Amino acid sequence: MLIDTTRREFLQIALATAAIAGTGSLAGWTRAMAQQAMTEDDLLAFEPLGNVTLAHITDMHAQMKPVYFREPSVNIGVGEVAGLPPHITGKDFLSTFGIEPGSAAAYALTSVDFSALARTYGRMGGIDRIATIVNRIRAERPNNTLFLDGGDTWQGSYTTYQTKGADMVELMNALKPDAMTGHWEFTLGQDRVEEIVEGLPFPFLAGNVRDTEWEEPAFESTAYFERGGVKVAVIGQAFPYTPVANPRWMFPKWSFGIREEDVQAHVEAARGEGAGLVVLLSHNGFDVDRKLASRVEGIDVILTGHTHDALPEAVKVGKTLLVATGSNGKFVSRLDLDVGADGVKDFRYRLIPVFSDVITPDPETAALIDKLRAPYADELARVIGSTESLLYRRGNFNGTFDDLICDALLSERDAEIALSPGFRWGTSLIPGADITVEDIHTQTSMTYPEAYRSEMTGQLLKDILEDVADNLFNVDPYYQQGGDMVRVGGLGYTIDPTAAMGSRITAMTHLKSGDPIDPAKSYVVAGWASVNEGTEGPPVWDVVEAHIKAKGTVSVSAHDAVKVVGI
Amino acid sequence: MELTRREALLVAAGGAVAVMAGAIGLPAFAAEGEAQKLIDEFTGGATPESGKISLSAPEIAENGNTVPVGFEIDSPMTADDHIETVMLLAPANPRPGVATFHFTALSGKAAASTRMRLAKTQDLVAVAKTSKGAFYMDTKPVKVTIGGCGG
Repeated sequence: MLIDTTRREFLQIALATAAIAGTGSLAGWTRAMAQQAMTEDDLLAFEPLGNVTLAHITDMHAQMKPVYFREPSVNIGVGEVAGLPPHITGKDFLSTFGIEPGSAAAYALTSVDFSALARTYGRMGGIDRIATIVNRIRAERPNNTLFLDGGDTWQGSYTTYQTKGADMVELMNALKPDAMTGHWEFTLGQDRVEEIVEGLPFPFLAGNVRDTEWEEPAFESTAYFERGGVKVAVIGQAFPYTPVANPRWMFPKWSFGIREEDVQAHVEAARGEGAGLVVLLSHNGFDVDRKLASRVEGIDVILTGHTHDALPEAVKVGKTLLVATGSNGKFVSRLDLDVGADGVKDFRYRLIPVFSDVITPDPETAALIDKLRAPYADELARVIGSTESLLYRRGNFNGTFDDLICDALLSERDAEIALSPGFRWGTSLIPGADITVEDIHTQTSMTYPEAYRSEMTGQLLKDILEDVADNLFNVDPYYQQGGDMVRVGGLGYTIDPTAAMGSRITAMTHLKSGDPIDPAKSYVVAGWASVNEGTEGPPVWDVVEAHIKAKGTVSVSAHDAVKVVGI
Repeated sequence: MELTRREALLVAAGGAVAVMAGAIGLPAFAAEGEAQKLIDEFTGGATPESGKISLSAPEIAENGNTVPVGFEIDSPMTADDHIETVMLLAPANPRPGVATFHFTALSGKAAASTRMRLAKTQDLVAVAKTSKGAFYMDTKPVKVTIGGCGG
């Protein structure tokens, strides 16, 4: 089984796989990694610039402890954004950003040689390490720093499910963010969200959420802060399609949406209040924010989230800077801004990689994490089986962890076809790893986990695939929902992401028989995470646990039943 | 100075924006059948111009049974020059004619909002008639999804 790499071993391995420096914000840490003495200082030393510093985290999905998280190998952009960051993966990503293969940056930012590099560079993230980074930034810039959380913070782990978000709320309160926004938070249900938000010592901002009855604002839109002599307005933008992508019945009184005109109005109101810097703390997704930045005037910075992209450079759209901080606690963004009377004069940006073997955990935060996990420690560590192959989820089409879940649904629920949602959360396990209860829940933890079994016609299956494909590949980002393609088991298909809605999916095949899917025929389908109220079935984590227990050791080969054409 | 590939891509990333605002969108609207017949009757065969009228609706409906829709029209709303009538259509509904709104100069402002049921994904249409006999039209695509897989 896996041996934890100690810090000393980590440094020696880093030397052996030494890499040449990249450029831009990568220069500091890739160069340092190539040297023998990779230190916390190499990752965090930052020559301050200007009068305001923004520290950003997003999409942590309740990962308190360091994790492995493989970035996508397939992340297709369509229309105007084809081939633009973040729609660059693998070796193209390395060459685009001048990153040496095998380097720490290559490991952190791409899927190339992931399993091997994971052994070299170790796990990333850990909220105790994030605390160290934030504390240091605040110590260096006591009157200039804003620490902002982009949401998807209270969902994604066994313990946060058991405590209805309470563990993450207590932990984040200790880190003292200045504001947050949300998405999966809402799946705790309206009453629970209201209860938590009332008790938060910082504002929960969501300017695009209104009550369904009178269309009045449901949350504060904007918070104001004085930093470095600048009045900073932070506007919160929750995930616009929460009631479409997640169960609307769990928060029936709230209506969302991009509400571009409202964003513009909030910006103008902030300028009217004398804001010298306007920041959008967004859970829109990167492509939605790129479009928004081209249409809404007066936003200086968008701290993007939702689509889990990690970009080592800020992207400029007109006068607006877009920052993409990744997910699962792998990165913290630091953006220093020189704000003058006429706006942002200069900036310096670094995507800080949270190498857990290099950055010292903040002792108080580490102790709090241990305390929060202690009541569940035995269950979290309970070993169900092990894996011989890399298990991961992230990517536009099936990941190996999803194939395992689909296999579990097919066998445990006696179905012909399995459907598993294309979430972007869910961490990775490297070959040889044990699979624990904690790992299974990191892939499946949610408040609507019922594994249904029902009959669907071939036509309905086609409609579902087309519908989800359009949510992912519509050429207009405002019509995208930011998830990945629904995962399938027992079913093969061909997809042309560039085709029009309704004609992307062809050659649907019933894999067991090899026959084409018949639109008129009914098939037995098992799946989970239905947004429909009253869905029945056992929690999907029980289904997956039973399957892995029966197999003992699993090995999942690359998926070849989905063929991508047209790009 | 030579641009490296990386710089070129980043420039492209920034430069794409100017194109994006205008270029992205769904194919040009062409109403069919019943809806086109209703538009023709409303305009007496004249082709409505774009502009002046702005139709608003969610890009993706949260609930296809009750979709909030509104419009606002740039008009002086004087006795001489005001909006008289606005027709709202959902061309892919079994009955495309959803509502017709009547205004006078005393209305002060040509704006209204309502909720409508949408059978499926479609381009909503609003056509306005001015007191001078001019016609303006706007369309807005609204997706009605099966939903369920956002990340």
